[in-house]
Amino acid sequence: MKKRQGLIKSTIPIRPLAMKRISELAIIAAVFALILVWGCAEKESGPAGQDSPASTRPAYGDIMVEGSIGDASNLIPMLSTDSTSHSIGALCYNGLVKYDKDIRIIGDLAESWDVTPDGLIITFHLRKGVKWHDGHPFTADDALYTYKVTIDPKTPTAYSGDFLKVKKAEVVDPHTFRVTYDKPFAPALMSWGAAIMPKHLLEGKDITKSPLARHPVGTGPYIFREWGTGQKIVLVSNPEYFEGRPYIDGFILRIIPDMATMFLELRAKGIDMMNLTPLQYTRQTENPFFKKNFNKYRYLSFAYTYLGYNLRNPLFADRRIRQAISYAINKDAIIEGILLGYGKPATGPYKPGTWAHNPDVKKYPYDPQQARTLLADAGWRDTDGDGILDRSGQPFTFEIVTNQGNEIRAKTAEIIQKQLAEVGMQVKIRTLEWAAFVNEFINKGRFDATIPPLGINYNFIKWYVPQEEQRLVMTR
Amino acid sequence: MLRRMIFMIPLLFGITIICFSVMHLAPGSPTDLQTQMNPRASAELRERLRAMYDLDKPLHIQYALWVRKLAVLDLGTSFSPDRRKVSDKILERLPVTVSLNILSMILILSLAIPIGVLSAVHQGSLFDKLTGVFVFIGFAIPTFWLALLFMILFGVNLDWLPISGLRSLNYEYMPPLVAFVDLIKHLILPVTLAAFGGLAGLSRYMRSNMLEVIRQDYIVTARANGLSERTVIYKHALRNALLPVITLLGLSVPGLIGGSVIFETIFGIPGMGQLFYMSVMSRDYPVVMGILVIGAVLTLLGNLLADVSYALADPRIRIS
Repeated sequence: MKKRQGLIKSTIPIRPLAMKRISELAIIAAVFALILVWGCAEKESGPAGQDSPASTRPAYGDIMVEGSIGDASNLIPMLSTDSTSHSIGALCYNGLVKYDKDIRIIGDLAESWDVTPDGLIITFHLRKGVKWHDGHPFTADDALYTYKVTIDPKTPTAYSGDFLKVKKAEVVDPHTFRVTYDKPFAPALMSWGAAIMPKHLLEGKDITKSPLARHPVGTGPYIFREWGTGQKIVLVSNPEYFEGRPYIDGFILRIIPDMATMFLELRAKGIDMMNLTPLQYTRQTENPFFKKNFNKYRYLSFAYTYLGYNLRNPLFADRRIRQAISYAINKDAIIEGILLGYGKPATGPYKPGTWAHNPDVKKYPYDPQQARTLLADAGWRDTDGDGILDRSGQPFTFEIVTNQGNEIRAKTAEIIQKQLAEVGMQVKIRTLEWAAFVNEFINKGRFDATIPPLGINYNFIKWYVPQEEQRLVMTR
Repeated sequence: MLRRMIFMIPLLFGITIICFSVMHLAPGSPTDLQTQMNPRASAELRERLRAMYDLDKPLHIQYALWVRKLAVLDLGTSFSPDRRKVSDKILERLPVTVSLNILSMILILSLAIPIGVLSAVHQGSLFDKLTGVFVFIGFAIPTFWLALLFMILFGVNLDWLPISGLRSLNYEYMPPLVAFVDLIKHLILPVTLAAFGGLAGLSRYMRSNMLEVIRQDYIVTARANGLSERTVIYKHALRNALLPVITLLGLSVPGLIGGSVIFETIFGIPGMGQLFYMSVMSRDYPVVMGILVIGAVLTLLGNLLADVSYALADPRIRIS
């Protein structure tokens, strides 16, 4: 398994600061287990001819074939925002630091680093003897170039934000790189996990027109070989890799845009690994063929689904209403119904078992009676006997908007609709095309409640508490 | 002839103006994909991107800029993060789509014409009824569903054919003949399925043409002259019944560059349908406009071609 560590690293870490604000108030969430199955046909792995289960030393060889729904767009990681491009970028490039499998920061191109006690200066001591895939030596100049090109206003990158906080970046000697900040900045260290680009191939050229977009040259464990648009991306292992030659000789990403086709390809051994849906995990792979040829693994994914309220809406301004909804929704039923039980109720954006997860936050068990009491306290009663709560003649009704094309969110909305009806709330659901959803509803605040996709970059539920804003800035 | 060709120019401009405005009326902008899902993207980046793409200029200026480039056959640069030339992106996918479409067109023609002719000649026979049912099933059945069933049968259970893609992964290491067979194997399922869906239209069309021609006076004359039934049907009737097919072929010229999104997605074929769909979804205006303008030109040319060849083939409609 050790060999995989090089692969499991993210070039651009996700730091859900903006999300934290949202989910502290928008409560109902379910962490979803995404299930990963991977394995190679047993007969094919291992050295040809002999399969000795006793030997624990891994052997070199074989090629990992993975499927991907979407093609990559641009293999210069700072210029693309899609996950396929970044997953290829992560195999070809290195950052100065990276996450290990327990999500702790460890050295990558930097062997070690010193941070001054005030947190303002970070000095990276870089690995010696690292070479780019074309044989050119890697030095601190490459790190400096990466910083400069990222903050260059002419570079259309979405990742300049963190680097703009750097006051000074300097090359101390070819293997020492130092950055200075004005103010302490908590994500500073991890922001240097961004892919370091080769200065000798890019400097003085327009990065948007660089051939590296389709033919990356990095320092990473895999060397780019070929990209057939819409078909496949082929990488071969880097024998000179500074952590040692990878045990898997090659990596092929096949572009298979349809999930059903991808599952059939897995079944026909056309790919070695894919993420399974809960249905595929429980029903379609519990047969002798899969047991013989594949290993299945499962872990909680870094994803959650939640109902967010528009806090500018007077209906949700009352805390009791929000609490009542939390009590009225049976999270376990959502997990059981949609994820076939493979999930956990979430109490915040971080998954259980990570250091950022707080297990002690107040939980809202399923308690419709408590919900009714809270609603009654807030003045909502069913006076006309139609099953819908009302207050001064107005029925309790609101609309959940969500974007089209995500089954989990659509189904969650339906289950919530039914469960809230039981305590007397009338919920309507509206599913919208992505651009209309974001531009016309979310950005303009024209919605009651939403089940949004993760990663939307606005505090769109309009949560604003001055002291909290201050506290969030402080934690940096 | 010349007049017709001159008329095509304003028509082309009309089409592009409509496409351009409809595209820009759709909510969302090309910069959304890069900025909306990213908590680190600033408002300033959005403005920078907009300026870079000339999106900050008024719409008519944007159109004028686009036309100016088009005049020298430059379709511009894609707005997607790869920033490749639109012509490169289209040319890379065009051969796949065009050859798939031509192959399935050939398959359709070679099946639909005999089916149509035979069912017309033996109108009301068992063959007529069976093929009628068969082609309509093909027409009505959802292709993606049938495609998945075929994949399970031929790809997984029987293991005869590859499931998706155009080539095997070890393609480059194959000797040429094996590589060719490999390509053919990959094409069998998509071409068959594409043809199955298109069989109904042409075969029923052919059948009704044939029925009409058989009732014509000159066929009666031919029979009266004592020609054999074979000669009557296959020499005199068939040639006349085939004439309208020319029009149909002319009209299908623009279809050659169009691909079906669902179809390409299911089979993992990197074709035009996917490119167009993804460009629309990400509001990649230059690529969308590029494909539309090629489609428009081909539609106009196809119509012209159909008229010209019809006139060549059928002396009755020639303008003296």
